[in-house]
Amino acid sequence: MTATVTRETSADRTRPVRRRGISGHLRQERRAGWLFVAPAVIVLVVFLFAPILMAAWVSLLDWNGQSSPFSGDAEFVGLDNYRGLLLDAGLLRSDFMLSVRNTIYYVLFNVTGVVVVSFALALAVNSHVLRGRSFFRTIFYFPAITSSVAISVLFLFLFQGAGVVNVVLSWVGVDGPSWFTDPRGVLHIVFSWFGVDAAPGALADTSLGGLSLWDWFSGPSVAMCALITLTIWASSGTFMLFFLVGLQDIPVELEEATAIDGAGAWQRFRHLTLPLMRRSIVLVVTLALISSWQVFDQVFILSQGAPAKTTLTPAYISYVRSFGDGQFGVGAAVAFVLFAIIIVLTLVQRWVGRERRT
Amino acid sequence: MMRQFARIPLPAATAVAAATLLAACGSGFDDDGDDAGSEATGATGGGSLTVMIGSSGEAETVAVQDAAARWAEESGTEVEVIPAQDLVQQLQQGFAGGNPPDVFYVSPDRFRMFAEAGSLYPYGDQIEDADDIYQPLRDAFTYEDELYCAPKDGGVHALVIDTEAWAAAGLTEADYPQNWDDLAAAAQALTTDGRVGLAFTGDYNPVGSFMLAGGGFFVNEEQTEVTADTPENLATLEYLKQNMDAGTFAFAPNIDAAWGGEALGSGKSAMTVEGAWIVGALQNDFPDRRWTAVPLPAGPGGQASTAFTNCWGIAADSENQTAAVELVNFLMSPEEQQTFAEAFGPIPSRSSLSDWNAETFPEKAAFAEGMENSRTQVAVPGFESVLADFNTQLEGMAAGTVTPEQALQTLQTNGEAALAQE
Repeated sequence: MTATVTRETSADRTRPVRRRGISGHLRQERRAGWLFVAPAVIVLVVFLFAPILMAAWVSLLDWNGQSSPFSGDAEFVGLDNYRGLLLDAGLLRSDFMLSVRNTIYYVLFNVTGVVVVSFALALAVNSHVLRGRSFFRTIFYFPAITSSVAISVLFLFLFQGAGVVNVVLSWVGVDGPSWFTDPRGVLHIVFSWFGVDAAPGALADTSLGGLSLWDWFSGPSVAMCALITLTIWASSGTFMLFFLVGLQDIPVELEEATAIDGAGAWQRFRHLTLPLMRRSIVLVVTLALISSWQVFDQVFILSQGAPAKTTLTPAYISYVRSFGDGQFGVGAAVAFVLFAIIIVLTLVQRWVGRERRT
Repeated sequence: MMRQFARIPLPAATAVAAATLLAACGSGFDDDGDDAGSEATGATGGGSLTVMIGSSGEAETVAVQDAAARWAEESGTEVEVIPAQDLVQQLQQGFAGGNPPDVFYVSPDRFRMFAEAGSLYPYGDQIEDADDIYQPLRDAFTYEDELYCAPKDGGVHALVIDTEAWAAAGLTEADYPQNWDDLAAAAQALTTDGRVGLAFTGDYNPVGSFMLAGGGFFVNEEQTEVTADTPENLATLEYLKQNMDAGTFAFAPNIDAAWGGEALGSGKSAMTVEGAWIVGALQNDFPDRRWTAVPLPAGPGGQASTAFTNCWGIAADSENQTAAVELVNFLMSPEEQQTFAEAFGPIPSRSSLSDWNAETFPEKAAFAEGMENSRTQVAVPGFESVLADFNTQLEGMAAGTVTPEQALQTLQTNGEAALAQE
């Protein structure tokens, strides 16, 4: 508070006087500020910024992980790793493009799903009608504190060909697919209902990054849908808390006022709750977006990219190329391209969700 | 209050602290000194060794720990056995950090990467009675005409048969398939509603065994050329495809089984192609299944199969190489190999133990037969992604979206690109 006061009072003074003010009391405060943030800054520098710089260096090397990357043993190849990833036709680029396609669908469905589900959960546990609210809050948060490995293994059993999901589906007469082995894209399946089984000429012939447009428009595979379900279920509890905090910040007076004005439940939700929750929604979308692009553990445990590479993700490619093929430079390059994608998308999303003043 | 703080320029202090921490963290990187030459270092008696293993479970960990303890008592060198959670990753960390374990498991597909980088201490000339070890297993760990490490066990793919289904189909032991025509006929006889004749994991390993029997393989003998797109391999894939289309062969995932062992154990298939690891899995998960294992039927290229093995690698950076070699020779002795075989089921890598193995474990005999005609997995660095892509092509082949020609052409192109990066 003192700092604010100083700044406000000094604003009206002439410049030299203000400088003298800073040089005394304020400088000391600044120094104290630095001291207090120093532990966090040191941790960030040592465990975040330094490794990022090291990884950036590795991404410019042909390094097989058998020596120190800073000893000069590894050959410096400049941007070759990035070129192989983005430009040169080959296995690496086609794998990477497939993984980007898969992750785009994963992000799209996962972020949408998680926002809708966690918002609905938050509304439910915030409602005064519900009995035992704190019990349900705990229950819905449970998946978030369970290890993702345990959840993944559980889902593997649920989604087996003769697993629980398919048994339940068979009760309503649906013959479920063998989830984790079905490589068909859901959009392709939908197209085939309308008689479009093969790629129309234009889509088959035009390609982007070595992958035909028809393949880009495949939609998530059936296996990927199972993965998406898993992530939505596992992460909606955490995001429910974000929404719950937002909902509890909405003044009861406003709700009462709208109710007195005769607004129905839907109108109240649409014109009062949603606008006031915009900040929470932007936050959840941002966090879900970032974590979806980095999806790794479920893929590592459940599918290793199978079936037909439809659950391959950039993070998993980075791992396999590094530790499987001993191409750590390529792995690091994948990580940096992924980093760039996330930054760009987050900026776009921040811009779309920015506060507009009328 | 403020005046009580010492007047250190804070950004400077921060920088110093950060630099100190960084130096501490990075100390492992550059201190791999000159002591790690090709000459053996260290002497027996005293000192200590770290052994890192990729253990299949409690039985293996305990067996290796017990054996190491016996040797430690004899030699006076302390030995610590570490079962790795993820051997590949932990080894990489050790190498990159300059402090790898002294002794560790190395698989053939990683071997060349380690050997090329000079991470392994080549002690092939110090292995006692090395000629007794099966030739293909030694080949797997030979780089530039030098044997680097001792293969600790070995086994080949065999044809595992559900004997009850076999008898129910009116077949006898005399009908065990000798060639591919027999195999196709048997599979047809065994196929019923809800059960295919032969199912195996739809990846490059069993398909590679078929390729070998068909007279081809992914790479040539010296692993210097990709030999995927050949008439022999095409004939092999077409043989598989033909029988899959007939519904008598299948890849395990397509009949809702994770691998061949599960397909056979759960009764979804009557035959499968697997290695010796299926023995323990069937005993544990499907104890009621009656089965037998016979050598893979001969293809147009004769009888052949993929061999699976691991060796006892010794780090070039190890400070106690003499002791490490002594430990490995102890573990490689026929008596210790027998103890291991009894404890957790690996097949000894010494050919002098083949009769003992066949007598003691008749159910495992087929997994050791034909070791002389086998090949081990491809060792070219970067082939992991290439073969993973081939798995995808095989999936496509089973689904009918990829032809055998296309699968082999893609493999050829990708493989050549990986070899070119050498």
